[in-house]
Amino acid sequence: METGAVVRARQVSKTFGEVVALDAVDLDLPAGQVHGLIGPNGAGKTTLLGLLLGLARVTSGSLEVLGTEMGMAGATPAGVAGFVDGPGLYPSLTARQNLAALAGLRGRRDDTRIGAALDEVGLRDMADDRLRGFSLGMRQRLGLAAALLTEPRLLVLDEPSNGLDPSGTRQVHRVLTRLADSGVAIVMSSHRMDELAALCDEVTILHTGRVVFSGPVGKLAAESGDLDYRIVTSRPSDAARIAADTSGSRLVNDTGRHPATPDAVVVHGAVAAIDDLIADLVRSGIAVRELGPVVPPLEAAFLALTDGAEDGGR
Amino acid sequence: MTTLARSTPVPAEATVARMAPTLRFELAKLLSQWRVRIVLIACWVAPGVFVAVVSQQSSLPTDTVFGRWMHATGWAGPLVVLSFCCTWALPLLTALVAGDVFAAEDRLGTWRHLLVSVRSARRIFATKAIAAVSVILVMVLGLAVSAVAGGLLAVGNNPLVGLDGHQIASGEAARLVGAAWLYVAVAALAFAAVGLLGSVAFGRSPMGLLLPAVLAICLQLLQMLPLPVALRMALPSQPFLAWRGLFTTPAQLTPMVVGLIVSLAWTVAATAVAYLLFRRRDFTDLAYDGAGRRVVLAGGVPLVALTAIGTAAVAAGFGAGGGSGVSGRAVEQSIATAYGHLYRLQSQELHRPDVPEAQLRSAATCTKGGATGGSGPGNDWRCVVTWRLPGVASTGSAIYQLDVQADGKFVADGDGPPPVNGYFQVRTPAGDSPNPLWQIDGLIDLLDSPKG
Repeated sequence: METGAVVRARQVSKTFGEVVALDAVDLDLPAGQVHGLIGPNGAGKTTLLGLLLGLARVTSGSLEVLGTEMGMAGATPAGVAGFVDGPGLYPSLTARQNLAALAGLRGRRDDTRIGAALDEVGLRDMADDRLRGFSLGMRQRLGLAAALLTEPRLLVLDEPSNGLDPSGTRQVHRVLTRLADSGVAIVMSSHRMDELAALCDEVTILHTGRVVFSGPVGKLAAESGDLDYRIVTSRPSDAARIAADTSGSRLVNDTGRHPATPDAVVVHGAVAAIDDLIADLVRSGIAVRELGPVVPPLEAAFLALTDGAEDGGR
Repeated sequence: MTTLARSTPVPAEATVARMAPTLRFELAKLLSQWRVRIVLIACWVAPGVFVAVVSQQSSLPTDTVFGRWMHATGWAGPLVVLSFCCTWALPLLTALVAGDVFAAEDRLGTWRHLLVSVRSARRIFATKAIAAVSVILVMVLGLAVSAVAGGLLAVGNNPLVGLDGHQIASGEAARLVGAAWLYVAVAALAFAAVGLLGSVAFGRSPMGLLLPAVLAICLQLLQMLPLPVALRMALPSQPFLAWRGLFTTPAQLTPMVVGLIVSLAWTVAATAVAYLLFRRRDFTDLAYDGAGRRVVLAGGVPLVALTAIGTAAVAAGFGAGGGSGVSGRAVEQSIATAYGHLYRLQSQELHRPDVPEAQLRSAATCTKGGATGGSGPGNDWRCVVTWRLPGVASTGSAIYQLDVQADGKFVADGDGPPPVNGYFQVRTPAGDSPNPLWQIDGLIDLLDSPKG
């Protein structure tokens, strides 16, 4: 497993005319790390992924990928693979032909490896079908197979689980975990917090082109602060009265935002206050049947850091 | 250690080796398109069928150069097809192939995948251009081979009558037909380059696909106007007419050379602009849909400037500034020469004694609109051709009405006397034959006619 930095970005900025897509972004990515990139639409995720793939050049700052300064567009170093905005394969060719063409472009045509890559993403049975009949999820998996074929050291993926069913998602996760274990650095964007929590060692949150958080997933969860918890009990009205009386917790009445069933109450507070509340409920003979945050900690942290940014744009 | 992506010089052999798989891929993508396959097949089949069928018809396409000789020789058919291709087929073929070679990636959303896979925008551009040009050249080759095969099989390998009436032996005709097709194929590269430019600049918009065809139509309309000869020669469509100069004696090479230079200049300029636009494109911009109006400035202005420079250069080099190039002297010389050659042909058909052109001393006196000293294209030219026969005291004369086109081509219509040029057939010992003096196709060298 390699130990050197696979990606080293310092004060990277990218502008499109008057629009600042990335503003002084720093990023370090060692070999074997899975790094999540999250942010509202228009935050600059695709731009950053595009820069890593060599599709555009930085406006200012320094971006080094696999030891190569990304000085010009189209100068992707060998060892970088991935896709942004979908895998972009050719619909008139079959899955196998697409991979063979790609292998040919990289000068490593090997039918055995093509078969193995198709196997790994679960597309062996569709190998000779034309791509125009593939679902979005199947295309995503074939895009991953195309990336595997090049034996990458850096894998850049834009929402790799987009369009995948639960089984396909698990398959993709298995592949990514295996690659990371073998030393491949992975940068992936996703809007799915559960996916990021399951796969990523570290995450970077972008908001309007700036990094608002970068670090381990656990640290991000800690940024979430006080959360809303949904508590299902045997006596909801008594539970609501006790919650209102418990120091450090507050009953949330906005059921439109936190839809509650008749047997549930939504309480806002720190973890310690919720612990006290649960103890009080139990002491009062009220059975606690379910307890969990209304919004997962990662998502809550994301929303807090990005201030609930609107969708749209780059 | 940090290294710059472009810092290591790559040997030429390595560059070729790297380009080969990308070129193969680009060719495979082009040839996997049904419309390209169908057009390729059509190019290799249709001209042969067309020439073979038309050659057997009683009515020939006499308004097209060499059309009136399709009964006489198999070498006329390929030149009729070439003339047709220069008007319509070549611009459409270049539009179909070169005009779509970049835009197809936009439609399919495959640019980013291709760039990451190939890892060199320069290589992508080069291989796409080479693939498009290769397919276009294969199509042109098919048109030529098919038309020649159709002509030779249907009519035979007979001598061809040139555009000044002289007979071209079949071996020489084969060489000239090949040279004419080759010349036009090279000239078509300018339209291919414009196609590349449109394809790069307009993205998935159909405008890119149409650009070479639209340009060709505009240029054809321009060429129908009585333009100054210097501007006419500086247009990239000029070589599509200039090839006819191969079929006169001496060959009208100056317009051909000028046309070739203009074509190559357009090819280089349009390709360079396309390359710059391509390299400046931001492939992370998901909303990109072509450079749009920027192409007017980025592509149009350099090409218009190139035409202006070419016009000035031709005007300075040949003293052919504002005139049409069609002078009375050139018309007289051209019709007299053609008449002399065709008189010999008629003598052969009628089994009369052969009289060489030097003894025949054919000459012409022409008026335009009833006045001497006229110039310029028009259908109001009238020429009286005179000639002498050895041992005959009187001078023979024949009248022709001429329609002289702005591109230098003319059709002279015989107006009597009837035994010479007034009837479309002559009675030979073997039966009736087409009268070679009835209608005469000719070509004026516009750059050899400064008075016009």
